[in-house]
Amino acid sequence: MKFRANLVIGGVLFSGVIIAGIFAPWLAHTDPVMDANLMYAEEPPGGEFWFGTDAQGRDIYSRVLYGARISLTVGIVSQLINTVIGVCLGLSAGYWGGWWDDVVNGLTNMMLAIPSLIFALAIMAILNPGLTSLLIALGLTNWSFTCRLARASALSLKSQGYVQAAKVLGYGDIRIMLTQLLPNMLGPIIVIGTLGMGGAVLAEAALSFLGLGIRPPYPSWGSMLSDARDQITTAPWISIFPGLAIFMTVLGLNLLGDGLRDILDPQARTRRA
Amino acid sequence: MNNPSEDTILKVEDLAVHFPVGGGLFGGPRRHLHAVDGVDLELKRGECLGLVGESGCGKSTLALTILGLQAPTRGRIVLDGHEVSGEGMDRKARARIAQMVFQDPYSSLNPRQTVRKTLEAPLRLHGNTATGEIEGRIGEMLARVGLRPDHADRYPHEFSGGQRQRIGIARALILDPKIIILDEPVSALDVSIRAQIINLLLELKETLGLSYIMISHDLGVVEHMSDRVAVMYLGRIVETGDWETIFTNPRHPYTRALISAIPDPFKRSRGEKITGEIPNPLNMPTGCGFHPRCPEARDICRMPPVPQLEEIGGAHFVRCRRVHELAVRNEALVSSV
Amino acid sequence: MTAQPLLEVENLRIDLAVGGKRFPAVQDISFTIDRGETMGLVGESGCGKSITSLALIGLLRDPLMIGGGTIRFDGREIQNLSASEMRKLRGNRISMIFQEPMTALNPLSPVGRQIAEMFVLHKGTSWKEAERLAVEALASVRVPAPERRIKDYPHQLSGGMRQRVMIAIALACSPDLLLADEPTTALDVTVQAEILDLIRELSAAKGTAVLMISHDLGLIANMCRRVGVMYAGKLVEERTAEDVFRSPSHPYTSGLVASLPLLGARARHGRQRLKEISGVVPPVSAFPTGCRFNPRCYAATERCRAEDPAATALGNDGFVRCHYHE
Repeated sequence: MKFRANLVIGGVLFSGVIIAGIFAPWLAHTDPVMDANLMYAEEPPGGEFWFGTDAQGRDIYSRVLYGARISLTVGIVSQLINTVIGVCLGLSAGYWGGWWDDVVNGLTNMMLAIPSLIFALAIMAILNPGLTSLLIALGLTNWSFTCRLARASALSLKSQGYVQAAKVLGYGDIRIMLTQLLPNMLGPIIVIGTLGMGGAVLAEAALSFLGLGIRPPYPSWGSMLSDARDQITTAPWISIFPGLAIFMTVLGLNLLGDGLRDILDPQARTRRA
Repeated sequence: MNNPSEDTILKVEDLAVHFPVGGGLFGGPRRHLHAVDGVDLELKRGECLGLVGESGCGKSTLALTILGLQAPTRGRIVLDGHEVSGEGMDRKARARIAQMVFQDPYSSLNPRQTVRKTLEAPLRLHGNTATGEIEGRIGEMLARVGLRPDHADRYPHEFSGGQRQRIGIARALILDPKIIILDEPVSALDVSIRAQIINLLLELKETLGLSYIMISHDLGVVEHMSDRVAVMYLGRIVETGDWETIFTNPRHPYTRALISAIPDPFKRSRGEKITGEIPNPLNMPTGCGFHPRCPEARDICRMPPVPQLEEIGGAHFVRCRRVHELAVRNEALVSSV
Repeated sequence: MTAQPLLEVENLRIDLAVGGKRFPAVQDISFTIDRGETMGLVGESGCGKSITSLALIGLLRDPLMIGGGTIRFDGREIQNLSASEMRKLRGNRISMIFQEPMTALNPLSPVGRQIAEMFVLHKGTSWKEAERLAVEALASVRVPAPERRIKDYPHQLSGGMRQRVMIAIALACSPDLLLADEPTTALDVTVQAEILDLIRELSAAKGTAVLMISHDLGLIANMCRRVGVMYAGKLVEERTAEDVFRSPSHPYTSGLVASLPLLGARARHGRQRLKEISGVVPPVSAFPTGCRFNPRCYAATERCRAEDPAATALGNDGFVRCHYHE
């Protein structure tokens, strides 16, 4: 297989974030929440504090590592919820058609008409801020693209001979959707899911920045940025490093999504050894 | 055709399938497309019935309705003695009686399933769970269609068109059905491969005692494979009889036009050709559906009602008002061929 | 009629470039077409018949390119003509009709305008005059009510009507050569018969030579005086249509003829098991050495596997490419 730069760079960036998140307790120098020490407030990056310290004297390097856990959890779990909702609705709507299709289409159009961040903001305003609420808010507001894709794929796939053949062989509708349609639309859905994960990471950062996501003192990249607003000129490192982390993660996910799009083509797949 | 005898495996009576067109909120007046319009059909055990007609004549809709993929508007279908009005019969029970081989060997196999999976899943679905038994059945089926046992673990894209069609045939046979509907089984294949598949289908019919309904526009293939032939035009059967009658003594002007339209390699004329195109089925001609293109049409043909399918001898049925008038001239044509 | 043939193709080679390698998709193709003559090329998918016709009209695109040989049209070599010179020839003196007229017609332009364009472009007539000629052209391909039809867009027409429009465009300037690549494959048989008659009559009336390309041996034999049989990029046999069917020389041709369930055969001779040709058509990247048909040939010998057979002349202007022709 030829070298795919986007896939490799995206993969390296994203696996870097995953490793940072998983091994945060071992990689971190200090406890991200408890080890505040005003003695060392706003230290610039250097030998002891690689990324410097924030206004409370917490090690930004350690906080960025722990922040990866929150970003990844939010990104992966909320996007998983989105994908499941989108696939269930889109696949069934495309396959069955009729009034169910009209309902799902209406719902999708409604979701697309409301900016998802505003919608998530509204949900967060009702629920209490926190990780679970964040997962719910972001997991319920970004399924419309997946749904559209699943519906369009189901529409084109259901006229394929092998779907007809499955019906003739006596397969039930659910079984046909799961064994005949779903595996053949998985490629583009994974691509959309990966790109959506990047969006979710950004959305988490935005909500936390606005104070509606992860609340201080827990280290979310968004809330770290929010905290750093006042010191952006005096101690720019407090905002640069979480910002860079968000940038790298989202860039990695987008490159990965693009790379996957290139290879997830059923024709390109060779024999499974 | 009224005595359902022992050796009738499929009986279709007055079957009609109408599709609503337009209507709804902005669609204007709702009309009905008569895709299949009162078809009577009988398939005997071990017989191959060729179903001939041009695009839009309803032959594919008829096949899908027999298989239960399309609900009929009216009419009866009796499959192997079981009445299956519409989707009344259980999908699985129907699957064990009638199966289908598709035209396009590329789109008819799931690209993400190995051959083994394609053949194994239906067996499991139909209650066969003994792994050894399933393995044996898959091996036997692959051998029957001329594939090797090691082909089982490959994916469809690793096969040529002809081999894919063999896999499609194996899938149709795996539940041991009695009727196979062949939808243009060779027209998507390379010319040098067609003979292999045609020979295979004829062998399987003999060894397994299968009954075929073969849909095809290739009259050469139909003549070669069929025992009986039914010609469809605009949702109705216009002529039916045994293959020899249809090909040597066609009586409906449409059947004659179809045969004369096939280019003869020796540049001989096969008779009069027709002009014009199939009318929009939403705007059915009155009287005989074929009259706008029929070289023999007279005023009587344009009058309602639709002519009846009339037996003119030896299980030879023709739907034409002028069939007796035209008989004399037909005799002349046959002797010249 | 002059002694010089209208089209002379000599040792044409067409290369397919894949991943830095060049495979000869078509090789050693030589044939001639006289003025007003009809010739056919038959072969299965991938045999190179379509790309041969595209080469003749200068429409080969990457990754395909002419790798050698000459194409002489009306005494002039055209394989190296510039794009603008080729454009003058195309549509005017050589034209083409395709299998799927929908993809060849401009969906955003009324069909009348697309026909009229040919007259304006190649004959320099005014649009007004061209429109009148377009109506005439549509009438000549037996489109009913041509005055109204010229305003129709391609999607408003049936497949048969679209193919008629394609023929009207292709024959608008009375070209010397018409290339017809599977012109009726997408059509119903009764419509096919009409389209074939139309091509036959109009080309005869305008003195246009026709190169007809199809996988259907019966159709080619019916339409053409001479037939070239292609297999895996080579012309394996070229004969009169009669001879190809009655006494095929190449094992591929005879296999093909014997494998066809010809209409009327069962009524005359009873049902006989069809002869099968074993194996499959090889892909361009895996053409065998020696005779390209040898892996599928019932009579292949060591010589066939090692040595590529040269064209051997047969009586009355034909040839076969087989060491042991029948």
